[in-house]
Amino acid sequence: MQPIPLRMSEKWAWGALGLFGFIGLWAALSAFGIVPRQFLPSPIDVLARFVHLLTNPFAGATLPQHLASSFQRYAYGVLLAAFIGVPLGLLMGWFRWLDDVVTPLFDGLRFIAPIAWVPFAALWFGVGIGGPILIIFAGAFPPCLINAYRGARFVEPRLIEAARMLGTGHLRMILEILLPAATPSIVSGLRVSAGLGWQSLVGAELIVAAAGVGFMMVQAQANVATPTVMAGMAAIGLVGMAIDVMLRQGEAWLRRRRGLQV
Amino acid sequence: MGSIRFDKVDKVFGPASGGVKALDDINLEIGDKEFVAIVGPSGCGKTTCLRMVAGFEPPSAGIVSVNGKAVTEPGPDRAVVFQQFALFPWKSVRENIELGLRNKNLPKAERDGLVAGALRLMNLESHADAFPHQLSGGMQQRVAIARAYVLDPEVLLMDEPFGALDAQTRVVMQEELVRLARVNPRTVLFITHAVEEAVYLADRVAVMTRRPGRIKEVLDIRSVRQAESWDRHERIEDVMDLESFVHLRTQIWKSLREEKGAHGV
Repeated sequence: MQPIPLRMSEKWAWGALGLFGFIGLWAALSAFGIVPRQFLPSPIDVLARFVHLLTNPFAGATLPQHLASSFQRYAYGVLLAAFIGVPLGLLMGWFRWLDDVVTPLFDGLRFIAPIAWVPFAALWFGVGIGGPILIIFAGAFPPCLINAYRGARFVEPRLIEAARMLGTGHLRMILEILLPAATPSIVSGLRVSAGLGWQSLVGAELIVAAAGVGFMMVQAQANVATPTVMAGMAAIGLVGMAIDVMLRQGEAWLRRRRGLQV
Repeated sequence: MGSIRFDKVDKVFGPASGGVKALDDINLEIGDKEFVAIVGPSGCGKTTCLRMVAGFEPPSAGIVSVNGKAVTEPGPDRAVVFQQFALFPWKSVRENIELGLRNKNLPKAERDGLVAGALRLMNLESHADAFPHQLSGGMQQRVAIARAYVLDPEVLLMDEPFGALDAQTRVVMQEELVRLARVNPRTVLFITHAVEEAVYLADRVAVMTRRPGRIKEVLDIRSVRQAESWDRHERIEDVMDLESFVHLRTQIWKSLREEKGAHGV
């Protein structure tokens, strides 16, 4: 039996139920003192703190300022991963020897969690911008490379044959055949990269940074300012969602433009 | 110049010993500007013959040569028209046709002239800036033919080019191809399983056996076409009604049916 698809309004209603249910449960836990307030601040406290932090500095900057410095590192790290990962993936998808050279190394490296680079990030860059970028890069690079590679590798063989028959050289093959054919796969990879990069970022900032949301949260924890910690978490979640929504829109737009409506 | 030669060609798929023998001792010569069709039951290896001339696959034994030179890789001297069109979905009609010319490093002005000519030849002028997915199957195949013709190839390789089209479109395209062949004759290797199509289009028809594919017989159509002056008829159905056409068609049908019968199909 086919489940009946939900209408958009019903979908929103169920989503709202989940969200408010969660907040309600959370409010109840702290309101009835089931968990001490110090350990679990109430939703109202967190919201108030969030609003307060929008204009009042904590650990040297307001929340938007912390977010801005986080986002800057994040953008550098993810862009670096994309600018190295996507071309390398495409090249590996075309030149078999390069695939053979890189794949064993890459397969080993990609299972090292981004956070495992923290000691070296601290050693090499101190609290400079290089450390977080290295860690974000470690998180964002593998999906960029893998998706570009798979996209290039699984191009419809007829299209490759047609291009070869037309006398297409290596560079043009990569730029005009593999790249556009792999674009949907690359865009999905970038979305995954963007998510992993954002997750890795905050981890990085907990340890190697002198500003940013992660830094703010560590400072707050040291002062047992739990609402501030949670406000930071909420900000991370919201920004992450915003990034994902934007990239989804971009992906959908790209598909429509190509006439590949899904 | 564009002659094709298969010389004692075998093709084995899979491991050299214990693989599946797809083609067995293929010998065929196609002269300059000659149109040869290969017909055969599906899976007989007729497309493999074409793919070896295109340079997509090497023969396991023997030599496939074009103009006396063994084929080693694909190239624009041997343009291919694929059954599934194989147009680049992200390129417009014009860009699809232009790619091969850009690969030849022709100057822009010359490319524009050649593309315009190819668009006119295939009646595609009003669709030059459309993308493949906006066109019907017949239109897409026109683009693929224009893309091949614009290269001015010595040899044109057509792999069941009309197999994915509906019956009416197919007839229009067949007539179109005859018109093209008159205006601009090429050496053509044409793969099909449609007997009428082969008899209507080709100078000679090679009939292949079931796997392992061998060339069973080669029928001369051109001498009959000239003797019975098929070309005075504009429409394909008028040609198909001629007794000489029916005779040849039946002869090929019988030849193919023996193949099927022999294996209980």
